[in-house]
Amino acid sequence: MTTQTIVQSLASGLLMGLLYGLIAVGLALIFGLMDVTNFAHGEFLMLAMYVTFFLFAFFAIDPLLAMPLVAAALFAFGAVIYLLVVRFAMRAKTNVGMVQIFATFGLAILLRGLAQFFFTPDYRSIPTSWLGGKTVSVFGVFLPVPQLVGALVAVAAFGALYFFIKKTDFGRALEATREDAGAVALVGIDKNRVFALGWGLGSALVGLAGAIMASFFYIYPDVGASFALIAYVTVALGGFGSVFGAFAGGIIVGLVEASTALILPPSLKSVGIYAVYLLVVFIRPRGLFGSI
Amino acid sequence: MNNSFALRRRNDLIMAAVLTAAAACMPFLVKDVYVQNIMVLTLMYAALSQSWNILSGYCGQISLGHALYFGLGAYTTALLFTKFGVVPWVGMIAGGLISAMIALALGYPTFRLGGHYFVIATIVIAEIGLLLFHNWDWAGAALGIDIPVRGDSWLKFQFTRSKLPYFYFALAFCVVAWLITWWLEDSKWGYWWRAVKDNPEAAQSLGVVVFNSKMGAAAVSAFLTAIGGAFYAMFVSYIDPDSVMSFQFSLLMALPAVLGGIGTLWGPVLGAAILIPLTEVTRSFIGGSGRGVDLILYGALIVAISLARPEGLVGLFSRRKKETAR
Repeated sequence: MTTQTIVQSLASGLLMGLLYGLIAVGLALIFGLMDVTNFAHGEFLMLAMYVTFFLFAFFAIDPLLAMPLVAAALFAFGAVIYLLVVRFAMRAKTNVGMVQIFATFGLAILLRGLAQFFFTPDYRSIPTSWLGGKTVSVFGVFLPVPQLVGALVAVAAFGALYFFIKKTDFGRALEATREDAGAVALVGIDKNRVFALGWGLGSALVGLAGAIMASFFYIYPDVGASFALIAYVTVALGGFGSVFGAFAGGIIVGLVEASTALILPPSLKSVGIYAVYLLVVFIRPRGLFGSI
Repeated sequence: MNNSFALRRRNDLIMAAVLTAAAACMPFLVKDVYVQNIMVLTLMYAALSQSWNILSGYCGQISLGHALYFGLGAYTTALLFTKFGVVPWVGMIAGGLISAMIALALGYPTFRLGGHYFVIATIVIAEIGLLLFHNWDWAGAALGIDIPVRGDSWLKFQFTRSKLPYFYFALAFCVVAWLITWWLEDSKWGYWWRAVKDNPEAAQSLGVVVFNSKMGAAAVSAFLTAIGGAFYAMFVSYIDPDSVMSFQFSLLMALPAVLGGIGTLWGPVLGAAILIPLTEVTRSFIGGSGRGVDLILYGALIVAISLARPEGLVGLFSRRKKETAR
């Protein structure tokens, strides 16, 4: 194993990690806002990838240009899911935690079934796009362009989210609703509206990730499942309740995955991620930056 | 009030005896092998869900990693049988004990975690187990273990001609899991678990040893789950990591209890009686098309029940009971 290989793996690990962060941040945002874990998050990613695919297949829109459209579509989808499903799950009087876990989990199975029904279980991919299949060399390290752009989008999205939460009225309403949903009702903020927009925003972020991933990953109904577990680990590693913990968590997960692949057989690369998660929560039971 | 509780417990016992007798007669009325197969699976999942319910329902520690214990039971039995010729009955108990010990070892660090951190830890630990079995060559790695048929006998727990012995074992397993839960409900442990579930801090201040309560629930739950795994290995006579240790199993153990009523005595039985036949029938009649209609129905049902009946389906019965009592 040469220094070159190590640097190369860690560089691709970092890029993938930023993308993991982008996939996970929507989950972290929704959880931080209302203590709800969306167990259909992976299926949201899957839908975003299909939207990108169909925009490409029917309208020849490149995944890079499709990004805002996919984000908008997912925004609407997330808000609708909140209004149709999650809002009712939260009304349960007993074991709300279990009800929301299983309601969103049932939703995940339903979405997977619908994807199989309408899109067939076939593996699809976007064969030619502006970014797909290209690499650039930076100081002798080869970086795949789709992942590189994905990482840049992730950094930009986190920057925008930070500005949004700290500086805009809606961001402040989000923060306030998260602190005390009852009190914000008294100052005239509609809790349901804020929650619906929070779900929209969280889903739009996973939409961005899906649009990027569609240009270098196979698209099929079960694609979300493997990324969903990584997303939960990423959020928990960073700490529930911390949106920027997801950013740090993503980078750590990406780097750990790449380093594990250097030492262990490739089929065991996830073991490293899981082991690091356990190690972190055994030492810090609320994750790295968690408050809840 | 104490009196009505004792009465309810006695009625539960009578009801269980009646249902067991009725279930024991079922194979004589239904000769169809396909239906008998579904009945075996239903009983097995009822028992597994009952085991899951002890840790997650009564004690409130939501585990979505019980596939680990199920898989350990299946692998211990299959490996002992194929590699050393040890009869499955010994393998079953060995698998149960190994699982209980692993549950205790894992419980030591994980029970300090709260809420979602705990749930994700259980998922992740089971996934590590799955990946390790995938790469463990001696245990067949990804190809799994084919359990050779050595002739029909109770000693070797293999039956090729009839499903009835499996059916009666599954029924006994279900009854035992139910009886253990019934007994625990009114034991010191049962009260401790519910106190830990409702408010761990308050329970602690009243002298409940919270940590030990959780460890006890985990050990009992893991032991019973592994028995189910051992049974399943002999029933299907072929196992591989994905067919006994995947996340799917963790969910299939939790869902009946959740749909029927989490933390209730009858919830897992009721949930399994509805869910498992539905799953099997949709899978074989509609699922064959490969178009995911079974998933659509299954997913929609879970969403619908968790929204319409968050306390579980047993709520339907207890309400009627209250009304007739008035």
